Amino acid sequence: MNQIEVPLREIAHARTGDKGNCTNIGLFAYDARHYDLLVEQVTVARVAAHFAYRRPTHVVRYLLPKLAAMNFVLDDVLDGGVNDSLNLDLHGKALSFHLLTMTVKVPAGTALRRAKKETR
Amino acid sequence: MQIGKNTESLAVGCGAGFSGDRVDAPPAVVRTLIERGGPSAIIFEMLAERTLALAQLARKANPDLGYEVLLDMELRPILADCLANGITIVGNFGAANPRAAAQMILRLARELGLASPRIAVVEGDDLSSAEGRRLIRECLPGQFDDRRFVCANVYQGAFSIAAAIKAGAQVVVTGRVADPSLTLAPAIAHFGWRETDWDQLAGATMAGHLLECGAQVSGGYFADPGYKDVPGLEDVGFPIAEIAADGSCIVTKASATGGLVDARTVKEQLLYEIHDPAAYLTPDVVADITDAQVEELGPNTVRLSGVRGHPRTPTLKTNVFSDGGWIGEAEISYAGPGAEARARLAMDVLRKRLGRELELRFDLIGVCSVLGDDGNRLLAATAAGAATDVRLRVAAKHDDVSRIDRLLREVPALWTGGPAGGGGAKVSKRQRLSLQSCLVPRERVPASFSFIEQT
Repeated sequence: MNQIEVPLREIAHARTGDKGNCTNIGLFAYDARHYDLLVEQVTVARVAAHFAYRRPTHVVRYLLPKLAAMNFVLDDVLDGGVNDSLNLDLHGKALSFHLLTMTVKVPAGTALRRAKKETR
Repeated sequence: MQIGKNTESLAVGCGAGFSGDRVDAPPAVVRTLIERGGPSAIIFEMLAERTLALAQLARKANPDLGYEVLLDMELRPILADCLANGITIVGNFGAANPRAAAQMILRLARELGLASPRIAVVEGDDLSSAEGRRLIRECLPGQFDDRRFVCANVYQGAFSIAAAIKAGAQVVVTGRVADPSLTLAPAIAHFGWRETDWDQLAGATMAGHLLECGAQVSGGYFADPGYKDVPGLEDVGFPIAEIAADGSCIVTKASATGGLVDARTVKEQLLYEIHDPAAYLTPDVVADITDAQVEELGPNTVRLSGVRGHPRTPTLKTNVFSDGGWIGEAEISYAGPGAEARARLAMDVLRKRLGRELELRFDLIGVCSVLGDDGNRLLAATAAGAATDVRLRVAAKHDDVSRIDRLLREVPALWTGGPAGGGGAKVSKRQRLSLQSCLVPRERVPASFSFIEQT
């Protein structure tokens, strides 16, 4: 089957939370049928590489198939966290959208969020 | 609110999700609770980690302060309706001074011509005393510096709040308690749950988790135009959870408001600030959402079920704040042709003038900023471009305030001595509070409640 490469944002949404110097990013398939594809392609290794410039000391992925969701926890990526970081975004709230720039391969013809927007 | 073993569901609304949340949100929640009828409560979660440390500093400066500064604005529009309709108010707006907050609410009630409400304060979280500091020293061996100590507070749980409600409190004022415990407490009082009803405690804990950030479950922190659209975001309604006797809940929001509650908003908030979904630790229970299910029942109506609970841990989390020196930041803008090159030149000037005495973090707002890191690695990897509206920001931290003051002089000096066309210089500094967390044995830090009389 033909495949195309698209940003994660086309098939998934995400939210960042912070605790101390760690961030968690929940990643959710818009369509539960894409969950397996996310599990296969959005791996710990790829996420660690995607955030390598923040030097995570540990990356864990938790799977929640009943929610068609995954939870990533990245340790030591917030420059010390809310009380220490010099970032304007002390909490790292924007990081979910950085994850959504990672690309995934989907079957050609997959319903994308962008396409939905254009047809409205 | 009815107390004891009830089978009827309990509605818990959220009035605030952080200190500084919208003060015009609670009235719509209260109206909705009254329309719905039946037992209900409203919670106010207003105590982020740092908020409490700042409140402790405020109390040190004035012993009558140190509670939530927006408390009057939050409660004034709803206090009469809540008292008249049996809606229990539970809030951690006591911050560093729950007794002063309770006195303020008593004064407010008198000013509004209301009968004096039964107000309870829950205490036991503050470990700033000499005895508390000894305990902290035991739990942070070799890492505790008494000279820099600002405050320490332990996260207390729901059962003292529940005991206060069972004893007749109409308003419960707390300092540091775990955020979801604010919601769990009225459910414990209503359903008569025991300390070992793990599944029920875990279910209502996750209901509390969904409520504790206010609009974050009802359309806030969610909208992404064209991808995730939210109607009426300017008037986003705050959430309400109808908690059932088994601990499951149905999430809705205040009626006649904007916003959105659907499976996506609930799932996003369910995992917010969660690490291991099988072990969400609170003082009350270990919640497990591995098999939790989120189901849309109708418009703005979503059910959360399948949360399991495991026995609580023997320790409680404590946050210890210390004086961490100073943080300074300064900004200046460049616009038009060559703006990015001029901003990058200004950055270079600052690095050469200050780089030996301070570790500088730079942002080129409009090119690379919040996704960057304090080591400037992402910025270094970002090729110079031709952005035409760029704001340079520089930030640093140091124990010596004179070095921070030097940073704050250097950026305005770019007006006359930096690249062409620099404008809008702004500077600020603040005291930094550094945080250590530790676990203390729960039997060493008991919580208790007491009723407050007007003084």
